[in-house]
Amino acid sequence: MQHGKYRFIVGFLALPLGLYALFVIWPFIQSIYYSFTDWTGLSPEFKMVGFDNYSRLLDDEIFWKSLQHSLLFALLLPVVTISLALFFAFMINVGGRKRRNGPVVSGVRGSSFYKIVYFFPQVLSIAIVALLFAFAYNPDSGAINSVLRGIGLDDVQPLWLGDPDLALWAVMGVLVWSTVGFFVVLFSAGMASIPAEMYEAALLDGAGRATTFFRITLPLLWDTVQSGWVYMGILALGAESFAVVQIMTTGPGGPDYSTTVMVLYVYQKAFRDGQAAYATTIGVALLVVTLAFAAVVMRLGRRERLEF
Amino acid sequence: MKTTQTPAPLPAESGAPLAKTDAPPGPPPKEKKEGTVLNVFSHGILVLWAIMVVMPLLWAVMTSFKDDRSIFSSPWSLPDTLHFDNWSRAWTEANMSDYFLNTVLVVGGSLIGTLVLGSMAAYVLARFDFPGNRFIYFLFIGGMSFPIMLALVPLFYVVNNMGLLNTIHGLILVYIAYSLPFTVFFLTAFFRTLPTSVAEAAFVDGASHSRTFFQIMLPMAKPGLVSVGIFNFLGQWNQYMLPTVLNTDPDKRVLTQGLVQLAVSQGYKGDWSGLFAGLVMAMLPVLAAYIVFQRQVVQGLTAGALK
Repeated sequence: MQHGKYRFIVGFLALPLGLYALFVIWPFIQSIYYSFTDWTGLSPEFKMVGFDNYSRLLDDEIFWKSLQHSLLFALLLPVVTISLALFFAFMINVGGRKRRNGPVVSGVRGSSFYKIVYFFPQVLSIAIVALLFAFAYNPDSGAINSVLRGIGLDDVQPLWLGDPDLALWAVMGVLVWSTVGFFVVLFSAGMASIPAEMYEAALLDGAGRATTFFRITLPLLWDTVQSGWVYMGILALGAESFAVVQIMTTGPGGPDYSTTVMVLYVYQKAFRDGQAAYATTIGVALLVVTLAFAAVVMRLGRRERLEF
Repeated sequence: MKTTQTPAPLPAESGAPLAKTDAPPGPPPKEKKEGTVLNVFSHGILVLWAIMVVMPLLWAVMTSFKDDRSIFSSPWSLPDTLHFDNWSRAWTEANMSDYFLNTVLVVGGSLIGTLVLGSMAAYVLARFDFPGNRFIYFLFIGGMSFPIMLALVPLFYVVNNMGLLNTIHGLILVYIAYSLPFTVFFLTAFFRTLPTSVAEAAFVDGASHSRTFFQIMLPMAKPGLVSVGIFNFLGQWNQYMLPTVLNTDPDKRVLTQGLVQLAVSQGYKGDWSGLFAGLVMAMLPVLAAYIVFQRQVVQGLTAGALK
């Protein structure tokens, strides 16, 4: 039987693990190796160049810009998105009118409707969302400037994605728009599991809504907030920011490199400029940033776990 | 739904609607007023965000029925007549039908593969003690936090050397590989929560390990498989980065890629109404499925984060 057990384990693990090793683990290892070569990606020949790519990185102005933007994405986007989502979720679950004989805290009416609507962007592809907003931001025929004209702000007609000072914020706005709903639903589920007696006790002690939020809701929800934070940061450094920047901005990454992010720069160096080795070097930098981000959030956020 | 209920009139002197942090302990009238103000305020904010979410989507639907000229001259006007020809043009001439077919093939294949391979690995990792168990588990989990783009540069050449570049089955294999980390993570936790007694009984009765898995454990794990299946379905259906890198053949494009390419090429052809029709065409099935299976979708997408 012992023999049969191991044969079973090997038989069941071989295929998934093999596929995973071949398409995920092996390329990761390779790319770290390639970052020390002068491989172009176009020809199979290359030689080791030591840390040349890394020292080139230090002098690459566009790299520093992309690093700056990526850090901004990883730090600011989760803060804005999660704060908004916590606010909405608190309103939905605790902001309701007090009803006679009802529970002490209650959700607003139609709370399930809000949750359904807010979640819409989450089921759409980020690529489709990015395309949609690329049109909405169009300075002449886009929906947004048209609304501004409609409410009498004829002089406020920003170029949005065409303005180097504004483009990055416009792109970040789209990511906020598309992810807030997910966190509202996530936090709502967490808030619903907080026992009502806690709120009752707080209200009896004279706590207002804000105190209740900061002293009861937030601490009890902290684990969810923290993992949501890491999740959002990884998305903002990786796939999501790639899609929005690559699809929405001119260049992509423009105007004048004002929106370029690390993940896009990796892609451009590898598949547009034929500098695969240098691309993997930028990718290694991205890996370091991602892991550092996750470590910092986990460490800063560490608190005593509250049981309830 | 009651979202449009008229808010109660605001008391004139409501200076600080939200934060009455140091409200004295409960004199009832004052508390009541605070409740009303808060209620109006929270409804206002919630309605505002709901409008901000829905308006861009409605705008897209509206625009998909307009002709090109009115799209540019008056973005928010209603279509003069419903131009259904935009939709048929997008479906046939702009190849939306091909993109749909490719997407269905790729997602169908990868979803089945992900669930089968993911549950096999997760079951073994959750239920059997063997040297290296933890190591393999963390190898899978680690894939969730690494930037995929880093691996994509060499992966392009790995896939190319295997002759899998620009093929549907190549894309399926890659999708499966990149869906495994979360699937294994989620299902391992799920298999651990299932009772062991049923499987042990089956084993005592002489069922083999694999028969126990397929006939006893998989049916028991159905709720978990549904959740992770929905998660993967949406992730794979909406995938943009992997096909952009690994699938450069115009005939093999999936939906997201096809639409983006369409947008680029429309810059020259100028068929914006057709493009909007394509966009809406891609949005509607997912939104409709979400509204019908709302509870399951929300559970599937939030289940992993709540653990």
